[in-house]
Amino acid sequence: MNKNSNLSREVIGYFQDNVQLLIELTVEHVQLVGLAVIVAIIIGVPLGIYLTTNESLAGTVLNLAGVIMTIPSIALFGIMVPIFSVINQGIGFLPAFVALILYSQLPIIRNTYTAIKNVDPQIRDAAEGIGMKTSQRLFRVEIPNTLPVIMAGVRTAVVLNIGIGVIAAFIGAGGLGELITQGISRGNQEMIIAGSIAISILGISADIILRFIQTLLTPKGFT
Amino acid sequence: MITYENVSKVYNGEVKAVDDVSFHVEAGETVVLLGPSGCGKTTLLRMVNGLESITNGDIQIDGKSTSALNKIDLRRNIGYVIQSNGLFPNMNIEQNVTVVPDLLGWDRKKKGDRYNYLMDLVGLNPDQFRKRYPHELSGGQQQRIGVVRALAADPPVMLMDEPFGALDPIIRERVQDEFLHIQQEVHKTILFVSHDIDEAIKMGDKIALMKDGKLMQYDPPADMLSQPKNDFVSQFVGQDRTLKRLNIHTLADLVQVMDLNESDATIEETKELLVTSSLRDTLSLILDQQVRQIIVVDNKGNNLGAIDFSIVKDYLSTRGGTESLSFSS
Ligand SMILES: Nc1ncnc2c1ncn2[C@@H]1O[C@H](COP(=O)(O)OP(=O)(O)O)[C@@H](O)[C@H]1O
Ligand SMILES: [Mg+2]
Repeated sequence: MNKNSNLSREVIGYFQDNVQLLIELTVEHVQLVGLAVIVAIIIGVPLGIYLTTNESLAGTVLNLAGVIMTIPSIALFGIMVPIFSVINQGIGFLPAFVALILYSQLPIIRNTYTAIKNVDPQIRDAAEGIGMKTSQRLFRVEIPNTLPVIMAGVRTAVVLNIGIGVIAAFIGAGGLGELITQGISRGNQEMIIAGSIAISILGISADIILRFIQTLLTPKGFT
Repeated sequence: MITYENVSKVYNGEVKAVDDVSFHVEAGETVVLLGPSGCGKTTLLRMVNGLESITNGDIQIDGKSTSALNKIDLRRNIGYVIQSNGLFPNMNIEQNVTVVPDLLGWDRKKKGDRYNYLMDLVGLNPDQFRKRYPHELSGGQQQRIGVVRALAADPPVMLMDEPFGALDPIIRERVQDEFLHIQQEVHKTILFVSHDIDEAIKMGDKIALMKDGKLMQYDPPADMLSQPKNDFVSQFVGQDRTLKRLNIHTLADLVQVMDLNESDATIEETKELLVTSSLRDTLSLILDQQVRQIIVVDNKGNNLGAIDFSIVKDYLSTRGGTESLSFSS
């Protein structure tokens, strides 16, 4: 009991003494995850939409994205190191960035694909029947009506990546994982706990903010 | 206006949904495609605007084969209404209504004016509905908006696939009546799918009755009722054909071929009926115990004579009816 309250006092102390460092690491973490998810959206949303027009490819791609998700994160980061060593980028931002993009693909592609597939066929028929071109149907009807579901996939990817982003520190990509890797190597408990708390807070805040954005993107016509 | 020329449709190389159908729809006419579920009505309709390909034969609009036209342009010039209304949930009512004008690049003012005009036409307040969304409207209102949207770019041709089929009977009657009024104003050439003989009689200038992809009979409702071409037709139009004919024929039809009685000004319990009334309304007034004399008047109020049960009965039997009108009580 006494030991516990001591520890929490020490953790709070750690936070107070290292505000500057914590902010820097948080910014690094957010940059890494943010950029990875943005690129993942740029790849995953169009791919998910395209797959709705190509059933046979859809199965393959979704399975592949599923397989990537099942690779333990530390192993995926590990695989990236030798691959990027070829271009002398084995350690640092790039391998971590690519690993996170790969991890984000499944929720983003799957949600986009499923959402577009599930657009009411009558509504699609009406869009076609009144003379919309495929692109007009997509941008005026299908995407607006599925934006909340696509956004839910993005939210999942972000929250997932904030957690997995911790591993990035092991391959020198920085971020809040630093506190944990260094805490372990130095045997510094406060550091490990402070790192874990900071990551949790980041994850929860990101979820709340993205939920809010999701509501903003939901067309007014939805209940 | 619309010509089907030996049109056939085979799905997946096996299902023959439409089998060698030919007929012609005059400009300004409403033709109801009628028949039991699965007989090929929807397929027949959707081949006009290229939503389904034509396996054999040709469909022409204004003498031009639809296969030669650009599908997108073709569709933008044809109003399309479906049973589930197909309104876009992400667009408000004004956006839904003006979606085709928008695709056609109309300017803001023109779109706004058109929206106001059409909403007034169907009796919905333009401002009250402008910013609302489809799900906030009742089924009947949604369906009316669906019709308004199809009329938005003022297309000469309208395709309507069971447009009022999802509405409950009372609302359906009202929306049908309204649509008939609108049609008197806009004079579109309409293909209207229905599986309901009563709706077909009410809405159609002609009925195309289908069975298993084949056209059984193509005639005005009155002719289909009085001269069904085969057993299927007479079964489909039903046993109560005489009652249905009462709905179609008006006093105006009757006075052209029958002489009315002299009216008697001394009878107190007299009612007047407009010459545009249906024979059904006439008959129900004849059966009214409170009324002893019914005088038919034209639009200007001129007395055309008095009508009674035997005149209606004689009229129906001289008009090719095989059944006679009889009462058991
Ligand atoms: N896309 C399709 N693929 C295969 N068969 C179809 C398709 N659409 C309709 N059919 C078949 O064609 C026939 C006619 O269908 P349809 O035109 O929808 O009839 P209706 O509108 O009169 O109910 C039915 O046997 C139906 O099962
Ligand atoms: Mg149908």
